[in-house]
Amino acid sequence: MAGFAEKHKKLERNVTLLGLAAFVTVAIGGIVEIAPLFWIDNTIEEVEGMRPYTPLELAGRNIYIREGCYSCHSQMIRPFRDEVERYGHYSLAAESMYDHPFQWGSKRTGPDLARVGGRYSDEWHVQHLIDPRSVVPESIMPPYAFLAEKDLNAGDMVKHLTAQKRVGVPYTEEAIAAANEDLMAQADPEAVTTDLVERYPKAQVRDFDGDPDRLTEMDALVAYLQMIGTLVDFEAGEAQEEPR
Amino acid sequence: MDTLLLKASGWLAIVFLAFIAMVLAADAGFAVHMAIIALAAGITLWVTINKADYAAIGRGILKAPADPGTYDDDPIRWGVIATIFWGIAGLTVGLIIALQLAFPVLNLNNEFTTFGRLRPLHTSAVIFAFGGNALIATSYYVVQRTCRARLAFPGLARFVFWGYQLFIVLAATGYLMGVTQSKEYAEPEWYVDLWLTIVWLCYAAVFIGTIVRRSEPHIYVANWFYLSFILTIAMLHVVNGLSMPVSLLGSKSYAAFAGVQDALTQWWYGHNAVGFFLTAGFLAMMYYFVPKQAERPVYSYRLSIIHFWSLIFLYIWAGPHHLHYTALPDWAQTLGMVFSVVLWMPSWGGMINGLMTLNGAWDKIRTDPIIRMMVLALAFYGMSTFEGPMMSIKAVNSLSHYTDWTIGHVHSGALGWNGMITFACLYYLVPRLWGKQRLYSLRMVNWHFWLATLGIVLYAASMWVAGIMQGLMWREYGDDGYLVYAFSEVVSAMLPMYLIRATGGLLYLAGAIVLVYNVWMTIAGKQRDEKPMTETPHNEELDKPIVGKPAIAPAE
Repeated sequence: MAGFAEKHKKLERNVTLLGLAAFVTVAIGGIVEIAPLFWIDNTIEEVEGMRPYTPLELAGRNIYIREGCYSCHSQMIRPFRDEVERYGHYSLAAESMYDHPFQWGSKRTGPDLARVGGRYSDEWHVQHLIDPRSVVPESIMPPYAFLAEKDLNAGDMVKHLTAQKRVGVPYTEEAIAAANEDLMAQADPEAVTTDLVERYPKAQVRDFDGDPDRLTEMDALVAYLQMIGTLVDFEAGEAQEEPR
Repeated sequence: MDTLLLKASGWLAIVFLAFIAMVLAADAGFAVHMAIIALAAGITLWVTINKADYAAIGRGILKAPADPGTYDDDPIRWGVIATIFWGIAGLTVGLIIALQLAFPVLNLNNEFTTFGRLRPLHTSAVIFAFGGNALIATSYYVVQRTCRARLAFPGLARFVFWGYQLFIVLAATGYLMGVTQSKEYAEPEWYVDLWLTIVWLCYAAVFIGTIVRRSEPHIYVANWFYLSFILTIAMLHVVNGLSMPVSLLGSKSYAAFAGVQDALTQWWYGHNAVGFFLTAGFLAMMYYFVPKQAERPVYSYRLSIIHFWSLIFLYIWAGPHHLHYTALPDWAQTLGMVFSVVLWMPSWGGMINGLMTLNGAWDKIRTDPIIRMMVLALAFYGMSTFEGPMMSIKAVNSLSHYTDWTIGHVHSGALGWNGMITFACLYYLVPRLWGKQRLYSLRMVNWHFWLATLGIVLYAASMWVAGIMQGLMWREYGDDGYLVYAFSEVVSAMLPMYLIRATGGLLYLAGAIVLVYNVWMTIAGKQRDEKPMTETPHNEELDKPIVGKPAIAPAE
């Protein structure tokens, strides 16, 4: 015991050694745990159906982030019977592969939203966001009526998609070039959207906020909420499962 | 004079650049932030010019100390005041959002005051503004005293203080405007992150520079902890903050990593913001201020060596326990759990080293309310570093995760450990920094102690009940094989617990307000006329023999 205390005195007398030793000590754990996630199969595997967000969905997701929805809503269903029955199929790693940043959350003051897409009508979402307690009396969610009043000012979506591509989201050149038009078209029932739907399979095209004359923040947020968790078709996978 | 001109024109250039960036900004949030930066640079410019007559200018950026015979305590005095100011702000916002959960009407149907925007304001204000200022101020104090040397770069030390306040203002106003990266406890956007990186590197330079200039051969144990805290936070902040701005004139950016990689990077950061910001840094405070206040040496030198290296090695592995049963690979979750459980040992090693320092001075718990606060802080440190490993066990976590139990756990650590040790250090520092004989009132410290303790007990107990009730109700199955409770029913069951929690928060805030008054009066030079807490009772009247009658009356 005396030996190690004597040896430690070397470190105690030299701030360079002490700092270096401390830094190496704290670096090890992160390297061992995080680095493999960029290579091992089950964290980088691709799953059929996953695609990057449409410009409107991305704008909606940015509003979801701006309002801090993740403070109270998780987007990560754990593989337990009660969670799968309450929220749907447990979440796969691939389902958040285009999420910069991830939105798994850490607290469920409100319910999980990983599969909220398609579960309620657009009208329900709009009413619920404007006045949560008018549809769920027990709710303690803040009201977001201002979203319906604010025109969507998402900025230049070409720049947004370019930034996404730089961090690894596979947007094509034409998808980036058409980003601003795609943003408008997805919420416009009159628009021609064959290209949009081809670029983004399963994209839902309609007026989302009940006010077809305006493109509001409500449009974008509801468009995002209605697509969360809908891209991977879990029913198609069931038939391939081994019979027991 | 040339230096002055150079400096002034530099600040003026920043004012102009920030102004141009404000005009060209892609979004309102960025414009407001550039205006704040222009204003801050303008104020600095004004101060620079007005100081022109002082002899200090001639000495350049690395100002020679005005009086080499005293420690450089100015930034520490500012830091003490900033700590108290941000503490009150952070606790008040905490109370408001606690009440919002009980009474949603308090969201005021206004975008700037929703729970979603105020919650990061609360967490950042208490962790980074209150805790951060306490850490910077105490580290400046401790490193000078234990090295017997003045701060290495006085100008830089002042820049660190003001630069850190600017970081806080940018972060806080950003949250209200919805400027956020959404990474918990790392919400500020890319340009605020870059600013903090600059400030932090300067902080490291001041701290390490002072150690290099030390007059003592050995580096004291508190400085090991401060050093590892500064280095590790730099590493965590830089890696977790990696992101791609949409525009150099806009606030929005996209994180460099996605999905599962981003999740583990975030919780590697998040858990070690707890491990190094709120633990290693505050243990450094413990290693200096507990022995000083108790007037006893640290219990065990060897234990502090083992405690230090094992704590910093193990903490960094524990992040995955925030991601149990998620899409994170199982092996990483299990590693996180095992290291979290093992981490219990060094944590308690630190607690024991702190508590046993009181060996031979245990009576001070009765007579010295500052020691009592320190002991309570260490007790809560021990309690929450037991609770944490327990909650990181996967079976327990399957119940506790996503519930208010986590909130209770965090607050027993934050209010009990970080809050109480900080308050104790403030009470130690204020009379010494302002050259007063003693605090205005020790009895008011006692009041603070009991208000805070009662507040924490209400907080933690109500959140235990709330969390376990939530977890059990979510997974409750009836005889018919169906889930018993709708999510909304679980929400309404929380109301009484949320009310008790808010009451606890109110008591804790009330204690902090008592501190404000006490510190204010101390700095004003007043001493409260009160019965001392340490007096042994002595009654002159009774201190004499009974004369004139027999000692024992005869029976009649």
